[in-house]
Amino acid sequence: MVQRPRADKAAVSAGVQKRYPEVWRRHTPRETVTNWLWVAAVALACAWSVSALDIEWAFFKDAHEQAIDLGQRMWPPRWSYLPSIVAPLVETIHIATLGTAIAVVFSIPLAFLAARNTTANGFTWALGRALLVASRSVNTVIWGLLFVAIPGPGPLAGIAAVAARSVGFLAKLVAEAIEEADRGPIEAIEATGAGTFQTYVVAILPQVMPVLIGTTVYRWDINVRESSVLGFVGAGGIGIYLYASINQFAWQQVLVALLVILVVVIASEAVSAWIRERIS
Amino acid sequence: MAAAPEEKQTESLERPLLAIDSLTKVYPGGTRALDGVSFAIRRPEVIAVIGSSGAGKSTLIRCINRLVEPTSGSILLGATDIVRLGAKDLRQARRRIGMIFQEFNLVERLTVMENILSGRLGSVSFLASFTRRYPAADVANAYAMLDRVGLAGLHDSRADALSGGQRQRVGIGRALMQNPDLLLVDEPTASLDPKTARQIMRLIRALAEEGATPALVNIHDVALAQGFADRIIGLKAGKVAFDGPVAELTPAVLTDIYGAEDWSQTIRRESEEETSA
Repeated sequence: MVQRPRADKAAVSAGVQKRYPEVWRRHTPRETVTNWLWVAAVALACAWSVSALDIEWAFFKDAHEQAIDLGQRMWPPRWSYLPSIVAPLVETIHIATLGTAIAVVFSIPLAFLAARNTTANGFTWALGRALLVASRSVNTVIWGLLFVAIPGPGPLAGIAAVAARSVGFLAKLVAEAIEEADRGPIEAIEATGAGTFQTYVVAILPQVMPVLIGTTVYRWDINVRESSVLGFVGAGGIGIYLYASINQFAWQQVLVALLVILVVVIASEAVSAWIRERIS
Repeated sequence: MAAAPEEKQTESLERPLLAIDSLTKVYPGGTRALDGVSFAIRRPEVIAVIGSSGAGKSTLIRCINRLVEPTSGSILLGATDIVRLGAKDLRQARRRIGMIFQEFNLVERLTVMENILSGRLGSVSFLASFTRRYPAADVANAYAMLDRVGLAGLHDSRADALSGGQRQRVGIGRALMQNPDLLLVDEPTASLDPKTARQIMRLIRALAEEGATPALVNIHDVALAQGFADRIIGLKAGKVAFDGPVAELTPAVLTDIYGAEDWSQTIRRESEEETSA
């Protein structure tokens, strides 16, 4: 083996063609087997789920008929219902907006606490991360259920629910941006004799501003959608009307509510995309 | 600190402006970047620190304002030993030391004015820096500084809209807004074209002279170092291999610092170019 390079060199200089392999494979046979084993494992997991859920396959037979039937009961939309859901619809947007605004205020200090390069010590970092996980691991509707039990039903519970869920979402993404912030300006501001918080505000905050604005607008857009179902648990907004209409089998009203929510969601997504395109 | 201005004029013969003694830095990996570096600055002069990559130039400069923590030794800035300062006193000491960087290290999304004024951060409250409301005197000085470094009228431009040379001028302005007793300059021209590099070195030299501020300049370009410095310190493997006036920099010295090479084209002949402008 040690002699190989010399032998090759001699061969080339003598004008003899080097021999290269004619077959090339991306994966070794062992890797190929491993990959297929993973595919098999996923298939097995799916099969297990289907058997465990005890699905009533007979329901599939007339599913298309049921769908058409529901469609017929929904059509035509009862537009006379529209005026009575405009106010709750506006309330839904207000819940999303206020909830997001409160979340932004709390998420900035939390992000600095949860970012490795700005947190004070291991304990504060763990605390920051724990708060992030707590906020993020609970769905907005579950937060809604909790807050309905505390300040009572109504939009206030909805605002608190939206804020509680959004804080973690915003803080996590901002914390990641803080960790990725350019070291150079931070070093330069430290070198001027600036204090720790001055460095955060002057050298780090401007660097994470695009992420902060972008994720805030994106989160607001998500919150508009999520607020529309908060009424299901009594946390204000259009959801309560949608829920009531479903319970009364007033499908023509349900369709009006769904269409109105669709319009608002499309509009909020357009606004959010437009703003995010603009920040640099 | 209050005595700083007098210090510059009267104490030049007694206490050095900066005295570094047996400065050693060993990085966690075991690399001995600085190994007993000692030298003193007794008058306002421009000192070029030369040496190959990894010789410890950057570590030396960063130890002086403790962006890098020295392992042992002392750094006396006037009467203060920077190595022994606690966090609060270190911030006070850093106010007296201006630093200029190779990559400029501006806050890109802030305006030129905000970057220039950030040199005053050590002297204003948190609230003032948060709201960007600096004292009127600082603002007036900042406008004058922009004028001096050749950026008049660009105060509202964002830093990321400027060219490399202009950004370095902002970096220089920020450092000088501190009204420093010492300038640390880390490879100021390595990211610039040769012509801009000369202009920037000329500006740093002129401003150091105007403020009677000693400047310690890390620089790769030996010809540029000879053109703009009064004194050269050569580092080799973390030790001072040469310390003397520019005129004493001979091919033998360069061979000692960098290793064998033909140095005849590198060393400047005094008559060829103007020294400074």
